[in-house]
Amino acid sequence: MFKSIIKGKAFKIGDDIDTDQIYPGRYLYLTSPEDIASHAMEDIIPDFSEKIEGEDWIIVAGKNFGCGSSREHAPRAILYAGIKAIVAESFGRIFYRNAINVGLPVLKYPDIIKKVHQGDLIKINLQDGLITLYKPERKISIEKYPPQLLSILKSGGLISYLKKYGKYSHFTDEI
Amino acid sequence: MHPLHQILAQVAGRNRVKPGEFIVVKVDLAEINDLYLQVILSFNEMGGDKVWDPRKITFVMDHYAPAPTIRAAENQRKMREFAFEQGIKNFFDINQGICHQVMPEAGLVWPGMLLVATDSHATTHGAFGAFSTGIGATDMAAVLFTGEIWFRVPEIIKINIRGKTGKGIMAKDIILYIISQLGTDVALYKAIEFDGEAVKEMSLDERLVLCNMAVEMGAKATYIRPDEKVMEYISHTNPKKYKEYQSIKKSNNINSEEYESIFNFNISNLEPQVALPHRVDKVVSVLQAAGKPIQQALIGTCTGGRINDIKIAAQILKGKKIFSSVRLLIIPASNKILEKCIELGYIQTLLDSGATLATPSCGPCLGAHEGVLAPGEACISTSSRNFPGRMGSTEAKIFLSSPATVAASAIKGVITDPREFL
Repeated sequence: MFKSIIKGKAFKIGDDIDTDQIYPGRYLYLTSPEDIASHAMEDIIPDFSEKIEGEDWIIVAGKNFGCGSSREHAPRAILYAGIKAIVAESFGRIFYRNAINVGLPVLKYPDIIKKVHQGDLIKINLQDGLITLYKPERKISIEKYPPQLLSILKSGGLISYLKKYGKYSHFTDEI
Repeated sequence: MHPLHQILAQVAGRNRVKPGEFIVVKVDLAEINDLYLQVILSFNEMGGDKVWDPRKITFVMDHYAPAPTIRAAENQRKMREFAFEQGIKNFFDINQGICHQVMPEAGLVWPGMLLVATDSHATTHGAFGAFSTGIGATDMAAVLFTGEIWFRVPEIIKINIRGKTGKGIMAKDIILYIISQLGTDVALYKAIEFDGEAVKEMSLDERLVLCNMAVEMGAKATYIRPDEKVMEYISHTNPKKYKEYQSIKKSNNINSEEYESIFNFNISNLEPQVALPHRVDKVVSVLQAAGKPIQQALIGTCTGGRINDIKIAAQILKGKKIFSSVRLLIIPASNKILEKCIELGYIQTLLDSGATLATPSCGPCLGAHEGVLAPGEACISTSSRNFPGRMGSTEAKIFLSSPATVAASAIKGVITDPREFL
Protein backbone atom coordinates (compact mmCIF):
# COMPACT_ATOMS: atom_id res chain seq x y z
CA MET A 1 0.00 0.00 0.00
CA PHE A 2 1.37 3.36 -1.01
CA LYS A 3 1.70 5.94 1.73
CA SER A 4 2.51 9.52 0.86
CA ILE A 5 3.55 10.23 4.46
CA ILE A 6 6.37 8.08 5.82
CA LYS A 7 7.65 8.38 9.37
CA GLY A 8 10.65 6.70 10.90
CA LYS A 9 13.85 7.01 12.85
CA ALA A 10 17.07 7.87 11.04
CA PHE A 11 19.45 4.96 10.53
CA LYS A 12 22.65 6.71 9.50
CA ILE A 13 25.22 5.22 7.18
CA GLY A 14 28.21 6.68 5.24
CA ASP A 15 29.26 7.46 1.67
CA ASP A 16 29.66 5.02 -1.24
CA ILE A 17 27.82 2.11 0.37
CA ASP A 18 28.02 -0.30 -2.57
CA THR A 19 25.62 -3.10 -3.43
CA ASP A 20 28.09 -5.77 -2.27
CA GLN A 21 27.90 -4.25 1.21
CA ILE A 22 24.11 -3.97 1.04
CA TYR A 23 23.72 -7.53 -0.28
CA PRO A 24 26.78 -9.78 -0.76
CA GLY A 25 27.25 -11.45 -4.15
CA ARG A 26 27.48 -14.90 -2.60
CA TYR A 27 23.72 -14.86 -1.90
CA LEU A 28 22.51 -13.77 -5.35
CA TYR A 29 20.97 -17.17 -6.06
CA LEU A 30 18.32 -16.58 -3.37
CA THR A 31 14.84 -15.44 -4.41
CA SER A 32 12.47 -15.62 -1.42
CA PRO A 33 11.81 -12.38 0.55
CA GLU A 34 12.69 -14.00 3.92
CA ASP A 35 16.00 -15.37 2.62
CA ILE A 36 16.95 -12.09 0.98
CA ALA A 37 15.98 -9.99 4.04
CA SER A 38 18.16 -12.14 6.30
CA HIS A 39 21.34 -11.02 4.48
CA ALA A 40 20.64 -7.27 4.30
CA MET A 41 23.77 -5.27 5.21
CA GLU A 42 25.28 -8.48 6.57
CA ASP A 43 28.92 -7.66 5.90
CA ILE A 44 28.92 -4.12 7.31
CA ILE A 45 26.25 -4.27 10.04
CA PRO A 46 26.09 -7.93 11.12
CA ASP A 47 23.28 -7.28 13.64
CA PHE A 48 21.25 -5.10 11.23
CA SER A 49 17.96 -6.97 11.64
CA GLU A 50 18.15 -6.82 15.45
CA LYS A 51 18.99 -3.11 15.35
CA ILE A 52 15.91 -2.23 13.30
CA GLU A 53 13.49 -4.66 14.92
CA GLY A 54 10.23 -3.34 16.36
CA GLU A 55 10.41 0.23 15.01
CA ASP A 56 10.11 2.09 11.71
CA TRP A 57 13.42 3.23 10.26
CA ILE A 58 14.52 5.44 7.36
CA ILE A 59 18.08 4.98 6.11
CA VAL A 60 19.94 8.29 5.90
CA ALA A 61 23.06 8.00 3.78
CA GLY A 62 25.85 10.03 2.20
CA LYS A 63 26.72 10.14 -1.47
CA ASN A 64 26.46 7.37 -4.07
CA PHE A 65 24.38 4.97 -1.97
CA GLY A 66 23.95 1.67 -3.84
CA CYS A 67 26.78 2.14 -6.30
CA GLY A 68 28.14 -0.93 -8.06
CA SER A 69 26.21 -3.91 -9.29
CA SER A 70 22.78 -4.02 -10.96
CA ARG A 71 21.47 -6.51 -8.38
CA GLU A 72 17.86 -5.83 -7.47
CA HIS A 73 18.50 -7.94 -4.39
CA ALA A 74 20.00 -4.80 -2.78
CA PRO A 75 16.82 -2.66 -2.55
CA ARG A 76 14.74 -5.81 -2.04
CA ALA A 77 16.87 -6.78 0.98
CA ILE A 78 16.38 -3.32 2.50
CA LEU A 79 12.65 -3.32 1.74
CA TYR A 80 12.08 -6.87 3.00
CA ALA A 81 14.07 -6.10 6.16
CA GLY A 82 11.41 -3.48 6.92
CA ILE A 83 13.12 -0.16 6.10
CA LYS A 84 10.51 2.44 5.08
CA ALA A 85 12.56 4.73 2.83
CA ILE A 86 16.09 5.94 2.06
CA VAL A 87 17.23 9.57 1.96
CA ALA A 88 20.74 10.04 0.58
CA GLU A 89 22.89 12.74 -0.95
CA SER A 90 22.94 10.71 -4.16
CA PHE A 91 22.31 7.15 -5.34
CA GLY A 92 23.95 4.72 -7.71
CA ARG A 93 21.65 5.01 -10.71
CA ILE A 94 20.70 1.35 -11.11
CA PHE A 95 19.99 1.07 -7.39
CA TYR A 96 17.76 4.17 -7.62
CA ARG A 97 15.69 2.65 -10.44
CA ASN A 98 15.56 -0.75 -8.77
CA ALA A 99 14.34 0.77 -5.50
CA ILE A 100 11.43 2.54 -7.23
CA ASN A 101 10.66 -0.59 -9.22
CA VAL A 102 10.29 -2.66 -6.05
CA GLY A 103 8.29 0.09 -4.31
CA LEU A 104 10.95 1.40 -1.92
CA PRO A 105 10.87 5.24 -1.73
CA VAL A 106 14.30 6.78 -2.34
CA LEU A 107 14.90 10.52 -2.01
CA LYS A 108 17.85 12.75 -2.78
CA TYR A 109 18.85 15.60 -0.51
CA PRO A 110 22.35 17.16 -0.52
CA ASP A 111 23.20 17.63 3.17
CA ILE A 112 20.83 15.21 4.81
CA ILE A 113 23.60 13.30 6.58
CA LYS A 114 24.71 16.47 8.40
CA LYS A 115 21.20 17.48 9.39
CA VAL A 116 20.19 14.44 11.42
CA HIS A 117 21.58 12.32 14.21
CA GLN A 118 21.23 8.58 14.56
CA GLY A 119 17.72 7.80 15.80
CA ASP A 120 16.20 11.25 15.05
CA LEU A 121 12.58 11.15 13.92
CA ILE A 122 12.01 12.04 10.26
CA LYS A 123 8.76 12.58 8.37
CA ILE A 124 8.67 12.42 4.59
CA ASN A 125 5.85 13.73 2.42
CA LEU A 126 6.43 12.16 -0.99
CA GLN A 127 3.59 13.94 -2.76
CA ASP A 128 4.69 17.44 -1.72
CA GLY A 129 8.44 16.82 -1.67
CA LEU A 130 8.93 17.75 1.96
CA ILE A 131 11.00 16.30 4.77
CA THR A 132 10.19 17.29 8.34
CA LEU A 133 12.96 17.15 10.91
CA TYR A 134 12.47 17.64 14.64
CA LYS A 135 14.73 18.98 17.42
CA PRO A 136 14.07 21.79 16.42
CA GLU A 137 11.09 21.16 14.17
CA ARG A 138 11.66 22.35 10.62
CA LYS A 139 10.57 21.45 7.12
CA ILE A 140 13.01 21.08 4.23
CA SER A 141 11.93 21.02 0.62
CA ILE A 142 13.36 18.32 -1.54
CA GLU A 143 13.23 17.98 -5.29
CA LYS A 144 9.70 16.80 -6.02
CA TYR A 145 9.40 13.30 -7.32
CA PRO A 146 9.07 13.31 -11.11
CA PRO A 147 5.39 12.41 -11.68
CA GLN A 148 6.39 9.43 -13.83
CA LEU A 149 8.37 7.84 -11.03
CA LEU A 150 5.77 8.73 -8.42
CA SER A 151 3.21 6.89 -10.52
CA ILE A 152 5.29 3.70 -10.22
CA LEU A 153 5.72 4.16 -6.45
CA LYS A 154 2.01 4.86 -6.03
CA SER A 155 1.24 1.54 -7.69
CA GLY A 156 3.55 -0.17 -5.20
CA GLY A 157 6.30 -0.82 -7.75
CA LEU A 158 6.73 -1.64 -11.42
CA ILE A 159 5.09 -5.07 -11.28
CA SER A 160 1.79 -3.68 -9.97
CA TYR A 161 2.12 -0.65 -12.26
CA LEU A 162 2.34 -2.79 -15.40
CA LYS A 163 -0.35 -5.14 -14.12
CA LYS A 164 -2.61 -2.12 -13.83
CA TYR A 165 -1.68 -0.09 -16.92
CA GLY A 166 -0.05 -2.68 -19.21
CA LYS A 167 2.48 -0.10 -20.49
CA TYR A 168 4.34 3.05 -19.41
CA SER A 169 1.19 5.21 -19.48
CA HIS A 170 2.62 8.10 -17.45
CA PHE A 171 5.77 8.54 -19.51
CA THR A 172 4.45 9.64 -22.87
CA ASP A 173 4.35 13.41 -22.35
CA GLU A 174 7.36 15.66 -22.13
CA ILE A 175 7.87 17.39 -18.81
CA MET B 1 22.59 16.25 -30.87
CA HIS B 2 25.23 14.02 -29.38
CA PRO B 3 25.34 10.54 -30.99
CA LEU B 4 24.09 8.99 -27.73
CA HIS B 5 21.12 11.37 -27.79
CA GLN B 6 20.57 10.51 -31.47
CA ILE B 7 20.29 6.85 -30.51
CA LEU B 8 17.80 7.67 -27.75
CA ALA B 9 15.75 9.91 -30.06
CA GLN B 10 15.61 7.17 -32.65
CA VAL B 11 14.47 4.43 -30.26
CA ALA B 12 12.01 6.88 -28.68
CA GLY B 13 10.57 7.63 -32.13
CA ARG B 14 11.25 11.35 -31.77
CA ASN B 15 13.23 13.99 -33.60
CA ARG B 16 15.04 15.28 -30.55
CA VAL B 17 15.66 14.49 -26.91
CA LYS B 18 17.03 16.81 -24.24
CA PRO B 19 19.01 15.90 -21.10
CA GLY B 20 16.71 15.58 -18.10
CA GLU B 21 13.65 14.50 -20.11
CA PHE B 22 11.89 11.24 -19.40
CA ILE B 23 11.41 9.09 -22.47
CA VAL B 24 10.16 5.61 -23.25
CA VAL B 25 12.27 3.74 -25.77
CA LYS B 26 12.18 0.51 -27.74
CA VAL B 27 14.96 -1.91 -26.88
CA ASP B 28 17.12 -3.48 -29.62
CA LEU B 29 18.59 -6.19 -27.39
CA ALA B 30 17.94 -7.35 -23.83
CA GLU B 31 20.50 -9.57 -22.10
CA ILE B 32 19.83 -11.53 -18.91
CA ASN B 33 22.50 -13.33 -16.91
CA ASP B 34 22.21 -16.32 -14.61
CA LEU B 35 22.10 -14.31 -11.37
CA TYR B 36 18.60 -13.03 -11.90
CA LEU B 37 15.89 -15.62 -11.92
CA GLN B 38 13.95 -12.68 -10.50
CA VAL B 39 13.51 -11.47 -14.11
CA ILE B 40 11.32 -14.48 -14.85
CA LEU B 41 9.57 -14.27 -11.47
CA SER B 42 8.75 -10.58 -12.01
CA PHE B 43 7.66 -11.28 -15.62
CA ASN B 44 5.23 -13.92 -14.38
CA GLU B 45 3.99 -11.65 -11.59
CA MET B 46 3.26 -8.89 -14.11
CA GLY B 47 1.01 -11.33 -15.90
CA GLY B 48 3.54 -11.98 -18.67
CA ASP B 49 2.73 -14.82 -21.02
CA LYS B 50 4.76 -14.52 -24.22
CA VAL B 51 7.84 -12.30 -24.34
CA TRP B 52 7.63 -9.30 -26.67
CA ASP B 53 10.22 -10.56 -29.17
CA PRO B 54 12.29 -13.72 -28.59
CA ARG B 55 14.79 -12.64 -31.27
CA LYS B 56 15.76 -9.59 -29.24
CA ILE B 57 16.36 -11.43 -25.97
CA THR B 58 19.47 -13.29 -24.95
CA PHE B 59 20.48 -15.28 -21.89
CA VAL B 60 24.10 -15.78 -20.83
CA MET B 61 25.06 -18.23 -18.08
CA ASP B 62 28.25 -16.54 -16.92
CA HIS B 63 28.27 -15.56 -13.24
CA TYR B 64 27.77 -19.05 -11.83
CA ALA B 65 29.43 -21.03 -14.62
CA PRO B 66 29.51 -23.93 -14.08
CA ALA B 67 26.98 -23.93 -11.26
CA PRO B 68 28.70 -24.06 -7.84
CA THR B 69 25.58 -24.78 -5.74
CA ILE B 70 22.33 -26.69 -6.13
CA ARG B 71 20.33 -23.45 -5.98
CA ALA B 72 22.40 -21.82 -8.70
CA ALA B 73 21.99 -24.97 -10.81
CA GLU B 74 18.24 -24.85 -10.26
CA ASN B 75 18.06 -21.19 -11.28
CA GLN B 76 19.99 -21.97 -14.46
CA ARG B 77 17.68 -24.91 -15.19
CA LYS B 78 14.63 -22.66 -14.87
CA MET B 79 16.21 -20.14 -17.23
CA ARG B 80 16.94 -22.83 -19.82
CA GLU B 81 13.32 -23.99 -19.58
CA PHE B 82 11.98 -20.44 -19.89
CA ALA B 83 14.17 -19.72 -22.93
CA PHE B 84 13.08 -22.96 -24.58
CA GLU B 85 9.37 -22.35 -23.94
CA GLN B 86 9.63 -18.77 -25.21
CA GLY B 87 11.61 -19.68 -28.33
CA ILE B 88 14.64 -17.63 -27.29
CA LYS B 89 17.42 -18.95 -29.51
CA ASN B 90 20.26 -16.73 -28.27
CA PHE B 91 20.91 -18.80 -25.18
CA PHE B 92 24.59 -18.90 -24.25
CA ASP B 93 25.22 -21.65 -21.76
CA ILE B 94 28.15 -22.16 -19.37
CA ASN B 95 30.46 -23.08 -22.25
CA GLN B 96 30.57 -19.59 -23.81
CA GLY B 97 31.93 -16.96 -21.44
CA ILE B 98 31.02 -13.55 -20.02
CA CYS B 99 28.03 -11.74 -21.49
CA HIS B 100 29.97 -8.56 -22.35
CA GLN B 101 32.40 -10.59 -24.44
CA VAL B 102 30.01 -13.20 -25.80
CA MET B 103 27.44 -10.70 -27.14
CA PRO B 104 29.83 -8.71 -29.35
CA GLU B 105 31.47 -11.94 -30.57
CA ALA B 106 28.04 -13.26 -31.58
CA GLY B 107 27.22 -10.13 -33.58
CA LEU B 108 24.60 -8.94 -31.09
CA VAL B 109 26.25 -5.54 -30.55
CA TRP B 110 26.54 -2.82 -33.20
CA PRO B 111 26.93 0.94 -33.44
CA GLY B 112 23.75 2.95 -32.93
CA MET B 113 21.80 0.28 -31.06
CA LEU B 114 20.11 0.38 -27.65
CA LEU B 115 21.16 -2.49 -25.40
CA VAL B 116 20.07 -3.21 -21.84
CA ALA B 117 21.56 -5.97 -19.69
CA THR B 118 21.08 -7.15 -16.12
CA ASP B 119 24.69 -6.27 -15.43
CA SER B 120 26.17 -2.91 -14.50
CA HIS B 121 29.19 -3.39 -16.75
CA ALA B 122 26.90 -3.12 -19.77
CA THR B 123 28.56 0.29 -20.24
CA THR B 124 31.32 -1.73 -21.99
CA HIS B 125 29.45 -1.62 -25.31
CA GLY B 126 29.83 2.14 -25.71
CA ALA B 127 33.20 1.15 -27.20
CA PHE B 128 31.21 -0.16 -30.20
CA GLY B 129 29.14 3.04 -30.44
CA ALA B 130 26.06 1.50 -28.78
CA PHE B 131 23.93 3.06 -26.05
CA SER B 132 24.21 0.30 -23.48
CA THR B 133 23.27 0.30 -19.83
CA GLY B 134 22.73 -1.97 -16.86
CA ILE B 135 19.29 -2.47 -15.36
CA GLY B 136 17.75 -4.54 -12.57
CA ALA B 137 15.59 -7.64 -12.73
CA THR B 138 12.13 -6.05 -12.64
CA ASP B 139 13.12 -3.39 -15.19
CA MET B 140 14.22 -6.28 -17.38
CA ALA B 141 10.98 -8.17 -16.77
CA ALA B 142 9.16 -5.05 -18.01
CA VAL B 143 11.33 -5.08 -21.14
CA LEU B 144 10.38 -8.71 -21.76
CA PHE B 145 6.74 -7.73 -21.19
CA THR B 146 6.55 -4.49 -23.23
CA GLY B 147 9.74 -4.29 -25.31
CA GLU B 148 10.23 -0.87 -23.78
CA ILE B 149 12.01 0.90 -20.94
CA TRP B 150 11.93 4.43 -19.56
CA PHE B 151 15.03 6.57 -19.31
CA ARG B 152 15.92 10.00 -18.06
CA VAL B 153 18.01 11.39 -20.92
CA PRO B 154 21.54 11.71 -19.49
CA GLU B 155 23.85 14.69 -19.74
CA ILE B 156 27.13 13.87 -21.47
CA ILE B 157 30.60 14.26 -19.98
CA LYS B 158 33.55 14.20 -22.34
CA ILE B 159 36.90 12.81 -21.25
CA ASN B 160 39.77 13.64 -23.61
CA ILE B 161 42.83 11.45 -23.24
CA ARG B 162 45.93 12.79 -24.90
CA GLY B 163 49.57 11.74 -25.01
CA LYS B 164 51.48 8.57 -25.73
CA THR B 165 51.58 5.70 -23.28
CA GLY B 166 54.93 4.66 -21.89
CA LYS B 167 56.29 1.11 -21.63
CA GLY B 168 53.95 -1.26 -19.79
CA ILE B 169 51.07 1.23 -19.54
CA MET B 170 47.65 -0.16 -20.38
CA ALA B 171 44.08 1.14 -20.58
CA LYS B 172 43.50 -0.17 -17.05
CA ASP B 173 46.21 2.15 -15.70
CA ILE B 174 44.65 5.07 -17.56
CA ILE B 175 41.10 4.46 -16.34
CA LEU B 176 42.18 3.84 -12.73
CA TYR B 177 44.05 7.14 -12.83
CA ILE B 178 41.04 8.96 -14.30
CA ILE B 179 38.70 7.48 -11.66
CA SER B 180 41.11 8.57 -8.92
CA GLN B 181 41.03 12.13 -10.27
CA LEU B 182 37.30 12.43 -10.97
CA GLY B 183 35.81 10.24 -8.21
CA THR B 184 33.24 7.48 -8.06
CA ASP B 185 30.19 9.71 -8.53
CA VAL B 186 31.27 12.21 -11.19
CA ALA B 187 29.06 10.60 -13.83
CA LEU B 188 26.01 9.63 -11.75
CA TYR B 189 22.89 9.73 -13.96
CA LYS B 190 25.16 10.85 -16.84
CA ALA B 191 27.00 9.32 -19.79
CA ILE B 192 30.70 9.53 -20.65
CA GLU B 193 32.30 9.94 -24.06
CA PHE B 194 35.99 9.05 -24.33
CA ASP B 195 37.95 10.83 -27.01
CA GLY B 196 41.47 12.01 -27.77
CA GLU B 197 44.53 10.69 -29.56
CA ALA B 198 45.33 8.07 -26.91
CA VAL B 199 41.85 6.54 -27.34
CA LYS B 200 42.14 6.57 -31.13
CA GLU B 201 45.49 4.76 -30.84
CA MET B 202 44.07 2.07 -28.53
CA SER B 203 43.08 -1.38 -29.72
CA LEU B 204 39.41 -2.28 -29.40
CA ASP B 205 40.28 -4.60 -26.46
CA GLU B 206 41.79 -1.64 -24.61
CA ARG B 207 38.89 0.71 -25.36
CA LEU B 208 36.52 -1.86 -23.88
CA VAL B 209 38.41 -1.53 -20.57
CA LEU B 210 37.75 2.24 -20.45
CA CYS B 211 34.05 1.85 -21.17
CA ASN B 212 33.72 -1.10 -18.80
CA MET B 213 35.21 0.78 -15.85
CA ALA B 214 33.23 3.98 -16.55
CA VAL B 215 30.43 2.53 -14.45
CA GLU B 216 32.78 2.84 -11.46
CA MET B 217 32.38 6.60 -11.92
CA GLY B 218 28.61 6.14 -11.94
CA ALA B 219 28.14 6.33 -15.72
CA LYS B 220 24.86 5.24 -17.23
CA ALA B 221 26.37 4.68 -20.67
CA THR B 222 29.58 5.41 -22.58
CA TYR B 223 30.55 6.31 -26.09
CA ILE B 224 33.61 6.13 -28.27
CA ARG B 225 33.06 7.25 -31.83
CA PRO B 226 33.17 4.11 -33.99
CA ASP B 227 36.21 4.18 -36.27
CA GLU B 228 37.74 1.75 -38.75
CA LYS B 229 38.85 -0.60 -35.91
CA VAL B 230 35.26 -0.94 -34.70
CA MET B 231 33.83 -1.22 -38.22
CA GLU B 232 36.39 -3.89 -39.13
CA TYR B 233 35.21 -5.90 -36.10
CA ILE B 234 31.51 -5.40 -36.88
CA SER B 235 32.07 -6.34 -40.53
CA HIS B 236 32.99 -9.83 -39.30
CA THR B 237 30.48 -10.21 -36.47
CA ASN B 238 27.40 -8.68 -38.11
CA PRO B 239 27.82 -7.83 -41.82
CA LYS B 240 24.17 -6.70 -42.11
CA LYS B 241 24.44 -4.08 -39.36
CA TYR B 242 27.86 -3.11 -40.72
CA LYS B 243 26.31 -2.20 -44.07
CA GLU B 244 23.37 -0.43 -42.45
CA TYR B 245 25.60 1.70 -40.26
CA GLN B 246 27.95 2.53 -43.14
CA SER B 247 25.00 3.91 -45.11
CA ILE B 248 23.84 6.29 -42.34
CA LYS B 249 24.95 9.87 -42.69
CA LYS B 250 26.94 10.83 -39.61
CA SER B 251 28.08 14.26 -38.57
CA ASN B 252 31.80 14.52 -38.00
CA ASN B 253 31.80 17.18 -35.36
CA ILE B 254 30.02 17.21 -32.07
CA ASN B 255 29.30 20.71 -30.83
CA SER B 256 31.00 21.41 -27.49
CA GLU B 257 27.63 22.65 -26.20
CA GLU B 258 26.47 19.06 -26.22
CA TYR B 259 28.69 18.37 -23.21
CA GLU B 260 27.86 19.13 -19.64
CA SER B 261 31.56 19.15 -18.85
CA ILE B 262 34.85 18.27 -20.50
CA PHE B 263 37.88 16.83 -18.71
CA ASN B 264 41.35 16.66 -20.26
CA PHE B 265 44.06 14.16 -19.34
CA ASN B 266 47.57 13.73 -20.66
CA ILE B 267 48.89 10.25 -19.99
CA SER B 268 52.40 10.63 -21.41
CA ASN B 269 54.10 10.40 -18.00
CA LEU B 270 51.63 8.01 -16.37
CA GLU B 271 53.07 5.14 -14.34
CA PRO B 272 51.36 1.80 -13.73
CA GLN B 273 48.48 2.36 -11.32
CA VAL B 274 47.11 0.29 -8.44
CA ALA B 275 43.76 0.78 -6.67
CA LEU B 276 44.18 -0.03 -2.97
CA PRO B 277 41.56 -1.80 -0.86
CA HIS B 278 38.63 -1.12 -0.62
CA ARG B 279 37.97 1.70 -3.05
CA VAL B 280 38.26 1.89 -6.83
CA ASP B 281 39.27 5.57 -6.57
CA LYS B 282 41.99 5.01 -3.93
CA VAL B 283 44.69 4.81 -6.56
CA VAL B 284 48.47 5.13 -6.28
CA SER B 285 51.44 4.61 -8.59
CA VAL B 286 52.76 1.04 -8.55
CA LEU B 287 55.92 2.46 -6.99
CA GLN B 288 53.97 3.35 -3.86
CA ALA B 289 52.17 -0.01 -3.71
CA ALA B 290 55.24 -2.13 -4.55
CA GLY B 291 56.27 -4.70 -1.95
CA LYS B 292 52.84 -5.47 -0.56
CA PRO B 293 52.47 -9.28 -0.32
CA ILE B 294 49.76 -11.08 -2.32
CA GLN B 295 48.50 -14.67 -2.17
CA GLN B 296 46.32 -14.61 -5.29
CA ALA B 297 46.62 -12.97 -8.68
CA LEU B 298 43.66 -12.91 -11.07
CA ILE B 299 43.71 -12.26 -14.79
CA GLY B 300 40.16 -12.41 -16.04
CA THR B 301 36.63 -10.91 -15.87
CA CYS B 302 34.73 -8.58 -18.20
CA THR B 303 37.34 -5.91 -17.44
CA GLY B 304 40.61 -7.77 -17.90
CA GLY B 305 40.19 -11.22 -19.47
CA ARG B 306 40.67 -10.48 -23.18
CA ILE B 307 43.38 -11.61 -25.58
CA ASN B 308 45.39 -8.46 -25.01
CA ASP B 309 45.39 -9.08 -21.25
CA ILE B 310 46.38 -12.73 -21.49
CA LYS B 311 49.00 -11.93 -24.10
CA ILE B 312 50.87 -9.45 -21.89
CA ALA B 313 50.73 -11.91 -18.98
CA ALA B 314 52.22 -14.66 -21.16
CA GLN B 315 54.90 -12.27 -22.38
CA ILE B 316 55.91 -11.41 -18.81
CA LEU B 317 55.69 -14.98 -17.46
CA LYS B 318 57.41 -16.74 -20.38
CA GLY B 319 60.13 -18.99 -19.02
CA LYS B 320 59.44 -17.93 -15.43
CA LYS B 321 57.66 -19.46 -12.45
CA ILE B 322 55.12 -17.79 -10.24
CA PHE B 323 56.12 -17.26 -6.60
CA SER B 324 55.74 -20.41 -4.47
CA SER B 325 52.97 -19.05 -2.23
CA VAL B 326 50.97 -17.37 -5.02
CA ARG B 327 47.96 -18.72 -6.91
CA LEU B 328 47.65 -17.24 -10.39
CA LEU B 329 44.17 -17.63 -11.88
CA ILE B 330 43.70 -17.26 -15.62
CA ILE B 331 40.04 -16.95 -16.59
CA PRO B 332 39.56 -15.94 -20.23
CA ALA B 333 36.48 -13.78 -20.82
CA SER B 334 35.11 -16.21 -23.41
CA ASN B 335 35.66 -19.62 -24.93
CA LYS B 336 36.64 -17.97 -28.20
CA ILE B 337 39.36 -16.05 -26.34
CA LEU B 338 40.48 -19.25 -24.65
CA GLU B 339 40.72 -21.04 -28.01
CA LYS B 340 42.67 -18.17 -29.53
CA CYS B 341 45.04 -18.04 -26.56
CA ILE B 342 45.62 -21.79 -26.80
CA GLU B 343 46.35 -21.40 -30.51
CA LEU B 344 48.82 -18.58 -29.85
CA GLY B 345 50.57 -20.61 -27.14
CA TYR B 346 49.79 -18.18 -24.32
CA ILE B 347 47.89 -20.73 -22.24
CA GLN B 348 50.75 -23.26 -22.37
CA THR B 349 53.20 -20.55 -21.33
CA LEU B 350 51.01 -19.58 -18.39
CA LEU B 351 50.42 -23.19 -17.32
CA ASP B 352 54.17 -23.78 -17.47
CA SER B 353 54.65 -20.85 -15.12
CA GLY B 354 52.32 -22.45 -12.58
CA ALA B 355 49.02 -20.71 -13.42
CA THR B 356 45.59 -22.24 -12.78
CA LEU B 357 43.13 -22.15 -15.69
CA ALA B 358 39.40 -21.83 -14.88
CA THR B 359 36.20 -21.88 -16.95
CA PRO B 360 35.64 -18.73 -19.01
CA SER B 361 33.17 -16.87 -16.78
CA CYS B 362 33.01 -14.06 -14.22
CA GLY B 363 35.13 -16.25 -11.93
CA PRO B 364 35.59 -15.12 -8.32
CA CYS B 365 34.84 -11.45 -9.12
CA LEU B 366 31.47 -11.58 -7.38
CA GLY B 367 32.65 -13.73 -4.51
CA ALA B 368 30.69 -16.84 -5.40
CA HIS B 369 33.20 -19.45 -6.60
CA GLU B 370 36.34 -20.26 -8.65
CA GLY B 371 38.90 -18.75 -6.29
CA VAL B 372 37.32 -16.79 -3.44
CA LEU B 373 39.58 -15.29 -0.80
CA ALA B 374 40.13 -16.34 2.83
CA PRO B 375 40.28 -13.80 5.67
CA GLY B 376 43.64 -12.06 5.76
CA GLU B 377 44.50 -12.85 2.13
CA ALA B 378 45.36 -10.31 -0.54
CA CYS B 379 44.66 -10.55 -4.26
CA ILE B 380 45.84 -8.41 -7.14
CA SER B 381 43.33 -8.49 -9.93
CA THR B 382 42.50 -7.20 -13.42
CA SER B 383 38.83 -6.97 -12.38
CA SER B 384 36.84 -3.82 -11.75
CA ARG B 385 35.85 -3.76 -8.08
CA ASN B 386 37.68 -4.05 -4.79
CA PHE B 387 34.74 -3.43 -2.44
CA PRO B 388 34.90 -5.21 0.96
CA GLY B 389 33.86 -8.85 0.52
CA ARG B 390 33.66 -8.58 -3.27
CA MET B 391 35.83 -11.67 -3.81
CA GLY B 392 34.98 -13.64 -0.67
CA SER B 393 35.93 -12.71 2.87
CA THR B 394 35.35 -9.09 3.95
CA GLU B 395 38.68 -9.42 5.72
CA ALA B 396 40.48 -10.04 2.42
CA LYS B 397 42.12 -7.26 0.42
CA ILE B 398 41.76 -6.67 -3.31
CA PHE B 399 44.20 -4.55 -5.31
CA LEU B 400 43.19 -3.58 -8.86
CA SER B 401 45.74 -3.16 -11.63
CA SER B 402 46.58 -3.92 -15.24
CA PRO B 403 47.29 -7.52 -16.32
CA ALA B 404 50.96 -6.58 -16.69
CA THR B 405 51.16 -5.57 -13.03
CA VAL B 406 49.22 -8.69 -11.98
CA ALA B 407 51.62 -10.95 -13.90
CA ALA B 408 54.75 -9.25 -12.54
CA SER B 409 53.34 -9.43 -9.00
CA ALA B 410 52.62 -13.16 -9.39
CA ILE B 411 56.32 -13.75 -10.11
CA LYS B 412 57.56 -11.84 -7.07
CA GLY B 413 54.76 -12.61 -4.60
CA VAL B 414 54.53 -8.91 -3.83
CA ILE B 415 53.08 -6.03 -5.84
CA THR B 416 55.66 -5.36 -8.53
CA ASP B 417 56.27 -2.77 -11.25
CA PRO B 418 55.75 -4.67 -14.53
CA ARG B 419 58.36 -2.53 -16.30
CA GLU B 420 61.01 -4.70 -14.59
CA PHE B 421 59.96 -7.50 -16.94
CA LEU B 422 59.31 -5.60 -20.17
